[in-house]
Amino acid sequence: MRLTLHIWRQKSASHPGRMVRYEHANVSPHMSFLEMLDVLNEELIAKGAEPIAFDHDCREGICGMCGFMINGVAHGPQRGTTVCQLHMRRFKDGDELYVEPWRARAFPVVKDLVVDRGAFDRIIASGGYISVATGSAPEGNTIPVPKKNADLAMDAAACIGCGACVAACPNGAAALFTGAKISHLALLPQGQPERQIRVLSMVAQVKEELFGSCTNIGECEAVCPKEIRLEVIARMNREYLKASWTARGDSVPDSE
Amino acid sequence: MELKAKIPTGPIEQRWDRHRFEMKLVNPANKRKYNIIVVGSGLAGASASAAMAELGYNVKCFCFQDSPRRAHSIAAQGGINAAKNYQNDGDSIYRLFYDTVKGGDFRARESNVYRLAQISLNIIDQCVAQGVPFAREYGGMLANRSFGGAQVSRTFYARGQTGQQLLLGAYQALLREVATGKVIMFPRTEMLDLIVIDGSARGIVTRNLITGKIETQIGDAVVLGTGGYGNVFYLSTNAKGSNCTAIWRAHKRGAAFGNPCFTQIHPTCIPVSGEYQSKLTLMSESLRNDGRIWVPRKKGDTRPPNQIPEGERDYYLERKYPSFGNLVPRDVASRNAKSVCDERRGVGEHGLGVYLDFADAIRRLGKPGIRERYGNLFDMYERITGENPYEVPMRIYPAIHYTMGGLWVDYNLMTTIPGLFAIGEANFSDHGANRLGASALMQGLADGYFILPYTVGDYLASAKLPKVDTSHPSIRNAATCIARQTNRLLEIRGKRTVTSFHRELGRLLWDHCGMARNEAGLKMALGRVPELREEFWNNVNVLGGGEELNQALENAGRVADFLELSELMCLDALHRNESCGGHFREEFQTPDGEALRDDGHFSYVAAWEYAGTGKQPVLSREPLNFEHVHPAQRSYK
Repeated sequence: MRLTLHIWRQKSASHPGRMVRYEHANVSPHMSFLEMLDVLNEELIAKGAEPIAFDHDCREGICGMCGFMINGVAHGPQRGTTVCQLHMRRFKDGDELYVEPWRARAFPVVKDLVVDRGAFDRIIASGGYISVATGSAPEGNTIPVPKKNADLAMDAAACIGCGACVAACPNGAAALFTGAKISHLALLPQGQPERQIRVLSMVAQVKEELFGSCTNIGECEAVCPKEIRLEVIARMNREYLKASWTARGDSVPDSE
Repeated sequence: MELKAKIPTGPIEQRWDRHRFEMKLVNPANKRKYNIIVVGSGLAGASASAAMAELGYNVKCFCFQDSPRRAHSIAAQGGINAAKNYQNDGDSIYRLFYDTVKGGDFRARESNVYRLAQISLNIIDQCVAQGVPFAREYGGMLANRSFGGAQVSRTFYARGQTGQQLLLGAYQALLREVATGKVIMFPRTEMLDLIVIDGSARGIVTRNLITGKIETQIGDAVVLGTGGYGNVFYLSTNAKGSNCTAIWRAHKRGAAFGNPCFTQIHPTCIPVSGEYQSKLTLMSESLRNDGRIWVPRKKGDTRPPNQIPEGERDYYLERKYPSFGNLVPRDVASRNAKSVCDERRGVGEHGLGVYLDFADAIRRLGKPGIRERYGNLFDMYERITGENPYEVPMRIYPAIHYTMGGLWVDYNLMTTIPGLFAIGEANFSDHGANRLGASALMQGLADGYFILPYTVGDYLASAKLPKVDTSHPSIRNAATCIARQTNRLLEIRGKRTVTSFHRELGRLLWDHCGMARNEAGLKMALGRVPELREEFWNNVNVLGGGEELNQALENAGRVADFLELSELMCLDALHRNESCGGHFREEFQTPDGEALRDDGHFSYVAAWEYAGTGKQPVLSREPLNFEHVHPAQRSYK
């Protein structure tokens, strides 16, 4: 296969970037998209040109490190698939592809297709956990969890933190990401003691970062490689509303 | 070198308890005076950082990825073992201990393995409390499945993403401590050297991968949870970034390297499709619970699988190992796949593959039943190969997956450098010569949550550590050396890319130090590796500068270390004149092709000491004593 690629090149956060055109004649349909870029990079190095920087690690679609826009779609045209798992058989000989980094104010470009997603870590650090010191846990089966809740919690917990939801959102909102963690923990009995404080702190942190507001457009769900559903946003909003009404410092028990 | 393993004596079930009592404690008010450096943020590194921060230590945690949540533990699919006996099927701490020692082909320490089996219970409790969404039964209780070579159901799982969920649990615990200020996280930062002062580990040299700045970090203890070195083979199931740099550079500073040749080949991976292939993808071993492995009986049979009648298929594992069938341990399953492919009975375009067939299971459970169990794996297989495994059998082939070798550690997980600890896959481990399925997650978390926090305290309470600051000559010296090495890589401007060297090295090792090894091949590789290394340092082409994000430069440093480590692996494989677990020397096998151990001569851990560039490393032996599980020829027939 032959492809024409237009790829965003940017030396660093402080340099301006631009699209650069590459003709790629060496594409096998069995390659992953990242392997296609590997081969292009090897050719660039042979010509003395600097290779294209892109984030990647596990290449199995689970670490969440890779991701960029292909023809305006986060992670490209295949549903439920990260770019490392996207294979070139999804494209045709002669295709022209535009490859850009995540575009979101909260994710500044570091170099070429690499962006800084540190804001996601800060959101989790603001409350996306259950406070249980090592060693203080009760016997595992003393906390029964209805299978349905465990399954729904797992659906939400499958988020890989890649940032596609933010990149796809016209508002640059982090609602799907934040809602997924809030849902995962709110659905489990272990998550109840901190249920209110968690949603209030995490939503406050999202506002601190440069994310936009959610207006229920649904682009995030469409591109999510783990197919996290919009219902996590609805649940986050419900949780937030409930917590805002009832959480008044220490005067109200957390379980109400 | 004298290896002091510090294994407690007395009845095995009381050793860890007694040892914990005998270890010194650090007064709570003094804990906040100590600074601990943890390199790596996977299951071992994240859990250790979180647990030590909870105790009050100041922790600095480093990872090369953009977030600690990316660490490769995240890719573990199948599950985590624990001797809970929830299924009432006869499991116990003793049985998990027994299975692990036997599965490791009698090359692990009994005391460590027993401790691991004991702690397995606490791990599940801890993870459940953190909100890890383990699979549940309808009554709300935890579900289990049997896994890779075990005859009891002791594996806990979260669909096919157990590693992800356990890692996110540890990551969340870690970030909770980041929020309290007890952990400072350094993402996109790579450790490039260990700082040793007066014989003790006191810090590390790092490179900020965004700015290229070389910095030094000082601490009272250094913990390496940097994973395994499977990427020395270029193609492996490891993440692309997984590397040996931290442990190798610590080795060059004096930490002995244990059993470097013990590498594990995973039997169920998607076969290689072409030269551009950048990594191999694992299909969870749990698939062997329902899939049946076969190849055609006839050599060179190119008919599509559905046209090969039942009578012309060879379900070779079921035929050779009737009691374990498709569930034999990984090393046995892998070697058998290789041997049927060597007989030219392999399948797929290159003949390097065997079928994993779900037709029977689909008849038994229906497609929805299979989708419920393995849906995400089937989808992944289809994405990668373009074939639908509900309709045609999967093709699988063994691939490098895990390294049982690593830095030698004593019972306290401390290396031969005082104050330097190694945890998880980075140490030479409790898995002996072969790791059983669902045991890696168990070991990483046991080390991080429940062993290291005690043993680090014992070290700090006994060690007399002088105050040092960054102006100390050895620290300045270490930083300068690293800066020089980085510049050297950039100045070569040769003709070959880093990847081309890596690929060649990987091929060489796979052929001669992979699934089967022999003296002639190992000697050949030992001749070739130094030549390749020499060529690398004269002809590699690394473009760009040192003071910016430069992925080729990062990779060059890692490949340079693989080019040294690989020599030690071959040397270790050559000296071990026996077959055990993942180390299969063709000269040493039983008449029916099974691994032939030599307990009389090789019942020891080989610990290698670095002697300088181009010098023969020095071998020390830690004898292994088996008081409870008596070494026998493993039989899965």
